[in-house]
Amino acid sequence: MRLSSKDWQTLTFATLALAAAACLPFLTAGYWLTIGVTIAMYTVLSTSWALFSGPTHYISLATAAFFGVGAYVVGYGIEHLPYWSLLVIAGVIGAVMAALVGLTTLRLSGVYFVIFTLGLAEFIRQVITWVQNWTGQKGIYVLTSITEAHIYWQLVGLAALVFLTGWLIGRSRLGFALRIIGDDEEVARHSGIRTARAKILLFMVPGAVGAITGAILAPRYVYIEPILAFTPMLSFQVVIMALLGGTGRLWGPIVGVIPFTLLWEAISASFPNQTTLLLGLSFLVIVYLLPRGFVGLIDDIRARAGREALA
Amino acid sequence: MMKRRTFTTLAAIAVAAAVALPAAAQETLKVGAVAPKTGPLAGGATVTYWPNVQLWVHDVNARGGLDVGGTKYMLEVVEYDDQTNPGQTIQAVQRLVNQDGAQIVLPPYSTGLNLAAAPIYNRFGLPMVTSTATTDKAGELSQQFPNVFFTLGGAQGIVGGVVEAFTALRDRGDIGNKLAMVNVADAFGIELMGQAKPAFEAAGFELVYESSYPLGSQDLSPVMKAAKAAAPDAFIAWSYPPDTFALTEQAIVEDLQVGAFFTAVATAFPGYVGRFGAQAEGVLGIGGVYADGAAFQEYAARHEQVTGAKPDFWASAMVYSSFQVLEQSIEAVGSFDNAAIIQHIKDNAFETVIGTLDFDENNNNTSFWTVGQWQGGVFKGVASTGREGAVEVLPKAGWN
Amino acid sequence: MDVIVTGLLLGGAYALIAMGLNLQYGMARIMNLANGEMLVAGGFAAFWFWTAAQVSPLLTVFLVAPVAFVVNWLLYVLFLRPLVARAKSRGQLEVDAILTTFGLSFVAVGIMLAVFGGDYFSYSYLSFPVALLGDTYGANRIAAFLAAVVICGALWLWLTRSRAGMSIRAIAVAPESARLVGIDVRRLAALAFALGGAVTASGGALISTFLTLDASTGVLFTLKALVIVIMGGVGDVRGTIVAALLLGLLETFVASVIDPGLTLAAAYLLFVVILLVRPQGLFGRRTT
Repeated sequence: MRLSSKDWQTLTFATLALAAAACLPFLTAGYWLTIGVTIAMYTVLSTSWALFSGPTHYISLATAAFFGVGAYVVGYGIEHLPYWSLLVIAGVIGAVMAALVGLTTLRLSGVYFVIFTLGLAEFIRQVITWVQNWTGQKGIYVLTSITEAHIYWQLVGLAALVFLTGWLIGRSRLGFALRIIGDDEEVARHSGIRTARAKILLFMVPGAVGAITGAILAPRYVYIEPILAFTPMLSFQVVIMALLGGTGRLWGPIVGVIPFTLLWEAISASFPNQTTLLLGLSFLVIVYLLPRGFVGLIDDIRARAGREALA
Repeated sequence: MMKRRTFTTLAAIAVAAAVALPAAAQETLKVGAVAPKTGPLAGGATVTYWPNVQLWVHDVNARGGLDVGGTKYMLEVVEYDDQTNPGQTIQAVQRLVNQDGAQIVLPPYSTGLNLAAAPIYNRFGLPMVTSTATTDKAGELSQQFPNVFFTLGGAQGIVGGVVEAFTALRDRGDIGNKLAMVNVADAFGIELMGQAKPAFEAAGFELVYESSYPLGSQDLSPVMKAAKAAAPDAFIAWSYPPDTFALTEQAIVEDLQVGAFFTAVATAFPGYVGRFGAQAEGVLGIGGVYADGAAFQEYAARHEQVTGAKPDFWASAMVYSSFQVLEQSIEAVGSFDNAAIIQHIKDNAFETVIGTLDFDENNNNTSFWTVGQWQGGVFKGVASTGREGAVEVLPKAGWN
Repeated sequence: MDVIVTGLLLGGAYALIAMGLNLQYGMARIMNLANGEMLVAGGFAAFWFWTAAQVSPLLTVFLVAPVAFVVNWLLYVLFLRPLVARAKSRGQLEVDAILTTFGLSFVAVGIMLAVFGGDYFSYSYLSFPVALLGDTYGANRIAAFLAAVVICGALWLWLTRSRAGMSIRAIAVAPESARLVGIDVRRLAALAFALGGAVTASGGALISTFLTLDASTGVLFTLKALVIVIMGGVGDVRGTIVAALLLGLLETFVASVIDPGLTLAAAYLLFVVILLVRPQGLFGRRTT
């Protein structure tokens, strides 16, 4: 693989940024580390979400399903297998699930995909509880010595992987195919691109990443129960943060995740009784004032600056 | 940033100030509380948890504040909504301790959220006297988190109480031994069902119908029809609030004729008798209190007066009692030394609205109410693991 | 036999839940994720009138419907029309509508929490047994079913017989051509959206007689309604009714014969199978 000097710049910058992010636990063990875990978690989820949904324009609400499955893999496996192997297993299961979902639904139009993925978390939750019920399974406890800092580092590592994957896809034939699909699916099909296959392959990325994230966070939950592991809110938050950032660029979601997490934090801290109301309102503000996310805003500013420089 | 005082605290402070304590001698103390105000568990927390935070702070401030080593502190609540999301619970506890400087952090709400928050309470060394977590793993958990205490009991104790009540009814000849039992397919229902099946079989009952239904089922009439078709003498449901209401209504509609009818969470809610009125008479449910005891009656009256709502007849009083344990320990220790407070909780017994409360070597309260029954519009405890004040269990008459 | 009757009664309730969304999504082209909150608000109103003044929920409907109509009209004009004007494609409108109405659903939950608190609300109305074909059923369910029949029937007649109704159906099928033949798409889309909201809120008032609701439960109903609308075929009243009844029958059948623990899973499977076999829904028209 040949890398241009611009590529080297990008890689160096990304490595430095990730290394800086990884230092957070040395600076604080308290409040800001907890916020850091939240930001890292949503960065991973939103970026992988945008990898798929950005080029294909399919809105996936399946994040909670993958996340919950990952948490359950750790919940069931923690007493039998080493923790690290569970992360791998979770990733594989997540990818296979995503492939199956993709096979059944990615030929359908966008709306059906939205509803299907929204229902997926609910469906898996029902099946898991039914199996638990049938086997008389008791509550699942994940008692480990994993600390908040460990969780944070794992998430930063996963984020590095996600960015690397995204970057490689962007340079690969798959990325090229996806850009054409995103512009016009008909054209893509006529020029011999197997659109369904490309989409399914791509959907496996958020599937695997979502499940691994769930697995990483399971020790933080201590007690795994379906209602908490499969909360549909998670899927929506990921979508909102990614769209707030903008899905056109690999780094787009992260510029949505950070301000949104801080905004959310400020709202929950200052107005604990009106959290829902104010979140809804900030949602509306985002949709009406930032239709293309922060990326769009930044591009506009750049374009304007460029015009002024020319004039 | 906004001042985070709740209106109640302001009101309480205003009242206390008006009563003429010199303002200069007043110290305020921040008390943190985090529990669901939105999300799937908000309904339960609104009945059981939040009013007690309000009431407890009101009570402490009304008697002049919390006395810590000779200084009187007025309490000021900082409340956060965790949206029924464990991540948010953890974040809010961090915020309370690091950003808000809360000296006292009350325990969260529900089994899942309490356990998710246990590591963070442990890291801060905060005493955590849980009041809404049910677990049979108290031993293991208290080893990992020695700062955590359990008061509400576990599945084993509750099932034991239900078996005891049903056996009493059968031995008196009020019911036969044919039993229909259903559960909500969620951690809570599954665990209790798993315990209850062998326990009832060992007690000589015959299970003529058993089934489960998913959380969030909108129609439970097929369940009740099938249960009725099995012609049971007694009915048990390990249920959550919406299905407790739905199953009772279906039992009325189907006119299920049983001598004992038991539903779980929410049977003890005032809203239950509010909805079913006289038809609730004789219904058995999880929990219970010494409803005729002076301590509870006084508590219930204050609860209604201060918060405008009635307490439930199970966890409400337990939530308040766990706050009292914390209150009494801090005053007895005379400082905010959390390690000493935790040791004090381990070593002592506390007089609370549910009676004397103390903990075994696993930080577990072993005497709690297990079964209650609506009798004359009041949900009275009929079985417990060592609480006084249980009344005789009565057979269920017809619905209409 | 009682499985069929119970299933049909449940299906009637589902039709009430889904019909409003079908008008909003099928006719006004707005995928309304705040639909469930409108339903809960209707239920709140019924609960409040019943506990405060013993006003029958069947009467409250006549107050709830016009209020909900006005509220939804305003919502459409204020929040959604700018999106319709801005959208370059159907896909973009869909994304924008999902985000906006999701935001609105948060706002609605927030308002309901502030006004009513987070408590469960449930009350007893017509909860006595009625004998029907040798078995007993809850009177409130039968009442809700009859109301569903009346509401769906009235909508059906209006859509197929009246001029406004036919125009609305025209914009559902071909919005561009409808504009060409002189149909005021802007006004009719708002009408369809407002009407959908009114139907949903009335449904909420009716089903609150036998379901326990709280401020946060709306999303469950939105989900169910979406599934039914898409199964039946977007924009088709018959499809929604058939899909709702089918779902009610299936759930009751699974709960009675197989295992109540699998009802929701079975409903989802039905949804998947229908989508795989007929992606446009039972009665939907195939588009391109």
